[in-house]
Amino acid sequence: MASATSNLSLVHSGGVNFPLAVGEAAYRVDALYFFIYFLSAVTFFGIVGALIYFVIKFRRRPDHQIALNQMTHSTALEIAWTVIPLILVSIIFVWGYTAYLKNIVPSSDAKEMRAIGRKWSWTFEDPTTGLRTNNELVVPLHQPIRLIMSSEDVIHSLFIPNLRVKQDVLPNHYTTLAFTADRAGRYQIFCTEFCGDGHARMLANLVVLDDADYVKWQADQKAASSATLPLNELGKKVSTDQGCFSCHSVDGSKSIGPSWKGIYGANRQLVGGKSAKADDNYLRRAIVDPAAEITAGYAPMMPTYAGKLSDQEMAGIIEYIRTIK
Amino acid sequence: MSHVPNINFFKATTGLKSWLFTLDHKRIGLMYLGFIWFSFFLGGIFALLLRLELLFPNGWFLTDRQYDQLFTLHGAVMVFLFIIPSIPASLGNFFLPIMIGAKDVAFPRLNLASFYIYVVGAVFGIGSMLIGAVDTGWTFYTPYSTSTDTAVITMTLAAFILGFSSILTGVNFLATVHNMRAKGMTWFKMPLFVWSLYATAVIQILATPVLGITLLLLILEKTINIGIFDPSLGGDPILFQHFFWFYSHPAVYIMILPAMGLMSEMISTFSRRSIFGYRFMAYSSIAIAIIAFLVWGHHLFVSGQSMYANMIFSFLTYLVAIPSGIKVFNWMATMYKGSLDLKTPFLYALAFIFLFTIGGVTGIFLAALAVDIHLTDTYFVVAHFHYVMVGGTVMAFIGGMHYWWPKMIGKMYNEYWARVACFLIFLGFNLVFFVQFIMGSKGMPRRYHTYLDQFQPLHAFSTYGSWVLGLGFLVMIIYLIHSIFYGEKAPANPWNGITLEWKTESPPVLENFDKVPEITHDPYDFAAVDGKKYE
Ligand code: HEC
Ligand SMILES: [Cu+2]
Ligand SMILES: [Cu+2]
Repeated sequence: MASATSNLSLVHSGGVNFPLAVGEAAYRVDALYFFIYFLSAVTFFGIVGALIYFVIKFRRRPDHQIALNQMTHSTALEIAWTVIPLILVSIIFVWGYTAYLKNIVPSSDAKEMRAIGRKWSWTFEDPTTGLRTNNELVVPLHQPIRLIMSSEDVIHSLFIPNLRVKQDVLPNHYTTLAFTADRAGRYQIFCTEFCGDGHARMLANLVVLDDADYVKWQADQKAASSATLPLNELGKKVSTDQGCFSCHSVDGSKSIGPSWKGIYGANRQLVGGKSAKADDNYLRRAIVDPAAEITAGYAPMMPTYAGKLSDQEMAGIIEYIRTIK
Repeated sequence: MSHVPNINFFKATTGLKSWLFTLDHKRIGLMYLGFIWFSFFLGGIFALLLRLELLFPNGWFLTDRQYDQLFTLHGAVMVFLFIIPSIPASLGNFFLPIMIGAKDVAFPRLNLASFYIYVVGAVFGIGSMLIGAVDTGWTFYTPYSTSTDTAVITMTLAAFILGFSSILTGVNFLATVHNMRAKGMTWFKMPLFVWSLYATAVIQILATPVLGITLLLLILEKTINIGIFDPSLGGDPILFQHFFWFYSHPAVYIMILPAMGLMSEMISTFSRRSIFGYRFMAYSSIAIAIIAFLVWGHHLFVSGQSMYANMIFSFLTYLVAIPSGIKVFNWMATMYKGSLDLKTPFLYALAFIFLFTIGGVTGIFLAALAVDIHLTDTYFVVAHFHYVMVGGTVMAFIGGMHYWWPKMIGKMYNEYWARVACFLIFLGFNLVFFVQFIMGSKGMPRRYHTYLDQFQPLHAFSTYGSWVLGLGFLVMIIYLIHSIFYGEKAPANPWNGITLEWKTESPPVLENFDKVPEITHDPYDFAAVDGKKYE
């Protein structure tokens, strides 16, 4: 399945009305939909059938110029066609609300993931592994997911037709979307809140992988992200992902921590009067054991990154810092 | 009181000025009718272009931006310039005073003022197209609308101005119904069309100011950067949606209630039957007008609104559906054992019942929370509201226009071609929109300029339908214009109706009646008129 390259067709999968259902939520929606569908069909054909009958039977003819009766009301009838629809819609209401609750409330063992929308792309992140993907949401089969979503600009909306779930993505507020997919495959994701020129192209895919494929995918991702990038680009990416730039700048401006600009190879003044040359080892120590040497003029605020970075990533960061002259 | 010559209102005075400065509600109604149909054809051309563009999955003659502007203009023109004023401002203006035996509306000058305010609003709206048409959708959702560089301010200003026209017409109608009824015209002797206009006026007066204030806040935010809706200024974009729909849901009933009133008139007359459940019909219009204010949140089911709010709005939405259902059943009961005269207006009434029933039951799908989550913002919603607005309001409006064409213009249209047009419009409409239900539930989102290839056959089908629909309207314009010049002279009462408008000449005389009519029977009391004993 992981090898499928195009999404399951919405039009050509499933029945006439829906794309193939691939999760509990979808089964609930479809069941209620077809219940309402049945009632609607009965009502509609009842009304149209009666119309046709009346038009044929009571059509004005030379021998039928005036009405056969002038009944102006019938309390029994009027009560009947108020109360019966009221009962039916009450059933639909309760059904619709309970199914909705089941669909939106994530199960307690749900895996949390993040989605970020912007004009006009999506980024998905698995916070436990830090793996980040653009326009592709990769999840394990049968695993309940809780997506925590936000937008960087205007309102967007994330819609997965095969799962029958949808939720607006807002700029000032986190919204969540719960789902569990029970069929491996690739599915379409749309943006369904108008967001400008690229709205119709703000597409993404949901990739559902069985356990073995998922583990393999994660490994591949990690390998690919470190193997294929040139070191300094890898460093830039890791620095971004790890949030180094919330404290460090690359343009020389002072922030919570010193700027990285031009520090490679320079002589650093440390608290306590000592100084040190910022070579590879100095930088490495600064990252895995920041408390050991504190740069003069700064508070010991930097967390340690020991154990959070692979050797490759560490090398990447140092290489990246070296390039910032 | 000065003596009024017993002469029809067209001939009473002549010249362009006599129209531009007229205080006669009939002339104002006709001028509205002209502008409203002009707007309809403008919005209709936009719609045809949109469908044409969607013939192919990647578009072929519009840019993304142009497509977005076009669907926004289609929506804005159809909603603000066409469907909200449609029936009340044109047919309502013309017939409300006549049906209650009055000489004019309560405030004729105000009536003319509303007309000119409408024209100014229209100029702003159409003018905005020239200086960079809006691309936000007719709903102007923030923060997109505060961040786009298109002419949002001009277009919202247009809607703001048009709102005043709507409010003033509402005030005028309320005052007219309260104060201008002829002697003997008690509340429950009023035709149902009058009741429906009354209920509509209440909504217009209470809801429209909210839209005005909302749009004004939007303009203030855009011009002087006070944060109300835009999160980057500390505002809340969802607040805009609440304000917007607090007006725009009741507005749906501003659109449909007068249509329901017209339906009652046409069904009763062409069935030669007293209306079934008159009081229930009158009360249900008022009930709808009240509950309509409590359901706006059903447009926000996926906005992040709390699930309890969603529950309440879902429930209230079902409640407002019940009175509409009752009306349909009452019309059916009115036809039962009637003497059905299958003239064009009645055919439109039948089309209304057919289409509005589809619009209504698909509304039940959308009110069911779990199902709405899947369907909202897809083509299913597009199909649903077109079945309600076009299948309901527009069918009744066209039907009503044919019903009263002989009365207003004094000429008969060609019945054969009218039936042909009615058939084409009915058929074309279903071809365009029925397939959109399926597209929607299959997952096709709305407001998409480009779409996945797999949807192409369905889109193309819908586009072909739009040509049939367009042809139907073309035929209609041709025979109606033809009838103005070459039509047979209309008798005073071509359909043997028994409400008051049929007691004056066609077209009516200057102050509506030679002599104020005596109200001797209920509005639909065919038993009294036909003199037959009914058990
Ligand atoms: C919470 C803020 C914070 C974060 C996040 C942070 N740092 Fe630091 N960093 C500091 C501060 C404050 C200093 C100066 C004090 C010190 O030397 O510990 C510093 C110093 C450094 C130095 C030594 C600079 C010099 O002047 O010699 C390096 C290298 C460094 N950080 C790299 C990183 C890298 C790489 C990351 C991300 C993996 C990171 N930092 C994340 C706050 C932070
Ligand atoms: Cu979008
Ligand atoms: Cu609504």
